[in-house]
Amino acid sequence: MKITDETITYVAALAKLELSDDEKDRAKTDLENIISYMDTMNEIDTSNVEPMSHAFPMKNVFREDVVTNGDERDNLLSNAPVKKDGCFIVPKTVE
Amino acid sequence: MAEIKLQDTTPMTALELSTKMKAGEVSVEEVVKKQLEIIKSEDEKYNCYITVWEEAAIARAKEVQKLIDEGKLADSSLAGVPIAIKDNICTKGELTTCASKMLSNFKPPYNAEVIERLEAAGAIIIGKANMDEFAMGSTTETSYYGPTKNPRGVEYVPGGSSGGAAAAVAAREAVIALGSDTGGSVRQPCSFCGVTGIKPTYGTVSRYGLIAYASSLDQIGPIANNVADCASVLEVIAGHDAKDSTSVPTQSYQYTKALVDDVKGKKIGIPRGYIGKGLDEEVKASILAAAKVLEEKGATVEEFDLDIVDLAIPAYYVLASAEASSNLSRYDGVKYGYRTSDFEGLGDLYKKTRSEGFGQEVKRRMMIGAFVLSSGYYDAYYNKALRVKALIKEGFDKAFEKYDVILGPTAPTTALKIGENLSDPLKMYLGDIYTVSVNLAGLPAISLPCGEDSKGMPIGLQLIGKPFKEADIIQVAYSYEQARIK
Repeated sequence: MKITDETITYVAALAKLELSDDEKDRAKTDLENIISYMDTMNEIDTSNVEPMSHAFPMKNVFREDVVTNGDERDNLLSNAPVKKDGCFIVPKTVE
Repeated sequence: MAEIKLQDTTPMTALELSTKMKAGEVSVEEVVKKQLEIIKSEDEKYNCYITVWEEAAIARAKEVQKLIDEGKLADSSLAGVPIAIKDNICTKGELTTCASKMLSNFKPPYNAEVIERLEAAGAIIIGKANMDEFAMGSTTETSYYGPTKNPRGVEYVPGGSSGGAAAAVAAREAVIALGSDTGGSVRQPCSFCGVTGIKPTYGTVSRYGLIAYASSLDQIGPIANNVADCASVLEVIAGHDAKDSTSVPTQSYQYTKALVDDVKGKKIGIPRGYIGKGLDEEVKASILAAAKVLEEKGATVEEFDLDIVDLAIPAYYVLASAEASSNLSRYDGVKYGYRTSDFEGLGDLYKKTRSEGFGQEVKRRMMIGAFVLSSGYYDAYYNKALRVKALIKEGFDKAFEKYDVILGPTAPTTALKIGENLSDPLKMYLGDIYTVSVNLAGLPAISLPCGEDSKGMPIGLQLIGKPFKEADIIQVAYSYEQARIK
């Protein structure tokens, strides 16, 4: 698997990362090695195998819609880098 | 406290220590202060801890002493016992950094379920242990807080990602510890540091409050100096939790009942691929000698083929990276954690915050994850890995029709020198060859010491069990340990 500069730019954008030129070069080499190694999975035919997300059957867990927690607003906001009047502060996103 | 020598070559176990405290032979405060003293004198060498809870631990010791005096912890085997907690497990109001700049100021508003359970049992949290950043790594070198050194030789890595927790137990800087295991992160550092650790069956221990790396693979597990202490800790932290939708109720959590020195009639299988190419000769000899010990004690041991595990590493790194890229998208500089100081607009806030807050290995895995999940590659990598995972599970299911326990090494080598693997990520990933398939198949496994190589570095024996049959691996491990002590 050949990893191009475009691919690196694309996956960095998907991962919301800004890479320096050095980081890009390194990522290209690393990803190429790692993805090529992942290609060894093609040695085995899996056309008749269903993809398995969980090792054990998982069922959706239902419960009654009852409130069990109290008002945690201030507690949850305590880690916010910037907050005001009980809200998280974010840059303006809608003009 | 002459009789309590935490630094003896034969360490005091959690069970012995707790018994002494409950009998009034030594106070909880004395034990905790002694533990803090050891940390003070040793941790400069090893860097096991990110945060040490000096005042909190002493205050807590007084509370636990009161409970012991009132007879309220009579049944707890962990009453008053100092424990180190890997720094990806949330502790209310106390720093939980994941060894990342991204969370270097994060104080969780709640406790992980395992913390609630440990506190109810009277265990005393002594500090938060160093780790690879966001549990991504096999050496504890990717920590924002600097690498942990192996107490058995400071020029060696302690393994990872729970390297701080395993090293703390090995250095007597904690009596017991909690780590987390996504692809070997409890077992491999235990192997490298010469201590014992269990990766429970997926769903046995609540993940509520464990900061996610790869949610379908992550499990919290105990680390200790022997099998009995591991079983005791597991007994305390295991159990159904409605707050974790992947928590599976099981019939019995009484793991200490499996501490029986008897392997007669137990059927043990060794996958040929686990003792073949790529395995260090000294490690191999030690593993086969351990198998021989179990055979002499009455177990039947035979080799068998489990070739599909050859594809466990590529499948694991596809799936773990994919889940990591999704899980770590929450770090956006808005709700908690690091936020860049200089940005223009929301997109720039995200990018700068994440680029400055995450280290190299985390970035690498998020990009691999983004790649294998991206359109055009999803089927070829992500879905393919899920199919390989199904085959690995099937392979183990078949093996467990014949065997009670699967035996092999925990890692292909003993601990490597610091810096040796950091420059080549793929080489580091390959070191996880014997551990990752256990996570993919959701199985329980234990790593315990079985010898040393010619450099004096510890070798770890891995025993893998059927789903929810922790008791089987605990019994076989305990029996082996008894033979080894003699």
